Amino acid sequence: MTKTAERLPAAAAPLAPPPTPAGGGRGRRALADQVRAYGFLLGGLVCFALFSWYPAIRAVVIAFQRYTPGSTPEWVGTANFRRVLHDPEFGAAWRNTLTFTVLALLLGFAVPFVLALVLNELRHAKAFFRVVVYLPVMIPPVVSALLWKWFYDPGAGLANETLRALHLPTSNWSNGTDTALISLVIVATWANLGGTVLIYLAALQSIPGELYEAAELDGAGLLQRIRHVTIPQTRFVILMLMLLQIIATMQVFTEPFVITGGGPESATVTVLYLIYKYAFLYNDFGGACALSVMLLVLLGAFSALYLRLTRSEGDA
Amino acid sequence: MSTRTLISPATLARPRGRALYWTVFGTVVVLFALAFLFPVYWMASGAMKSPDEIARTPPTLVPEHWHLTGYTDAWDLMQLPQHLWNTVVQAAGAWAFQLVFCTAAAYALSKLKPAFGNVVLGGILATLMVPAQALVVPKYLTAADLPLIHTSLLNDPLGIWLPAVANAFNLYLLKRFFDQLPRDVLEAAEIDGAGKLRTLWSVVLPMSRPVLGVVSIFALVAVWQDFLWPLMVFSDTDKQPISVALVQLSQNIQLTVLVAAMVIASIPMVALFLVFQRHIIAGISAGSTKG
Repeated sequence: MTKTAERLPAAAAPLAPPPTPAGGGRGRRALADQVRAYGFLLGGLVCFALFSWYPAIRAVVIAFQRYTPGSTPEWVGTANFRRVLHDPEFGAAWRNTLTFTVLALLLGFAVPFVLALVLNELRHAKAFFRVVVYLPVMIPPVVSALLWKWFYDPGAGLANETLRALHLPTSNWSNGTDTALISLVIVATWANLGGTVLIYLAALQSIPGELYEAAELDGAGLLQRIRHVTIPQTRFVILMLMLLQIIATMQVFTEPFVITGGGPESATVTVLYLIYKYAFLYNDFGGACALSVMLLVLLGAFSALYLRLTRSEGDA
Repeated sequence: MSTRTLISPATLARPRGRALYWTVFGTVVVLFALAFLFPVYWMASGAMKSPDEIARTPPTLVPEHWHLTGYTDAWDLMQLPQHLWNTVVQAAGAWAFQLVFCTAAAYALSKLKPAFGNVVLGGILATLMVPAQALVVPKYLTAADLPLIHTSLLNDPLGIWLPAVANAFNLYLLKRFFDQLPRDVLEAAEIDGAGKLRTLWSVVLPMSRPVLGVVSIFALVAVWQDFLWPLMVFSDTDKQPISVALVQLSQNIQLTVLVAAMVIASIPMVALFLVFQRHIIAGISAGSTKG
């Protein structure tokens, strides 16, 4: 209600300018208003221009240049893209990133989904659960990564010690080519699921209780109630959280950088890691920007989808 | 107060239902304690073990002797005061810059009707679609050599502060809040002769405490937790924030000392969370329903 009430006068403003008090030319006054308005905007605008808009344009430009800081860039056509595409790590990086994203979606979404469902049924110690589940989110990601690197340690790491105590076979965890990626997904899930749990819990609380009552009267069992009431009622939030999860995990960097260094045998090199390597190890900024553009296009598509969904829901 | 959820109150009231409820409740408590609290305990107590004990298999659950040397060594050997101070300076500056510039810009976009205001807002919102991390390299090149003035922000806290202002999410949050402020209050202030800045300072901001709190927490946490950007900006070891320093120093330092440093690095944000937990959790939960 407030929204439309406020939009109307704003839209009508050019047609009927607010009555100006006596004195002062209308044009000069409008100009002074504009100067003042842009004075307020200036700081923000400069920062956005420098660190958001300009870099976005520059990524595309440098992707077609040979670029070394300090010297004049040189146009090289699609050479950067071709070089990057022929890099043996290129395929691995995309495969790892996509596998990571899918696994993080399965694990990083299924676990908080079930946790939130269970937490919503518990009537005691609610505040305690919410604080504890969000605690890992507040631990700096670098600390989480180092902590799990220690857990995964083949020597005295807690992960294998626990398996040994339970008389289960041990694993190479982050040090094995087969297990490294899933080990990192576990870290990312542990570190981030708190946010998903809290958001999904809030969504669950908005489901009207009568729907469950009606379903129960119709003889729907527990799983049927989840399937026919809970999921459809929170469909929008589920979709939104999934998209956010995809966007976030496609940019994963800290965990592979800190825990595995991209190894073993590039088993955990991600696209963002490869971008970092091109820029800071190979000093190849053209290649890094070519990769950035590719990542940008893909992530941009997901983001656009996310914004469309949230926007249309917000207006409805 | 208690609304109906998946399981009906009637089912829970039955003896079997009640037994099942407490079983699930107990399981969840144990599970949460093991999954989320135990790692924190393991870290805090591991730092107090002796270097021999921390490497022992099978590990000890409780340190045989509680040493504080891990913490004191981390404090001295890893120059933690220096790195913590760097982080505080970077986070506080980013917070201040964001509050000043984002608030001013949001106020202008919401209340001052700048020409092309919608274009500007569109440009700002479009950056939400471009995930920040994908642009770190061109952003780094820009910070290394600012256009027109050809100054480098590398190894300078400004390299954190200025990019932090380009936060479309926080700016939009502020703008939406300002949009909802009643028009007549602002007009009344103007009739009383208050200028735009005065109105912002003494009318808009006092009414905006909740959203300013949320934006402040987001701003502080974002800088404290960030890793990739400060890793690029600060090649100079003495200027690195704690997150970057921890990783750089983790290679060749004793495990007890490293673990102690990890605990120290976590304390500020965990403390902030415990103090403001109610606001933070409410903020996150509210974000979902508003979309």
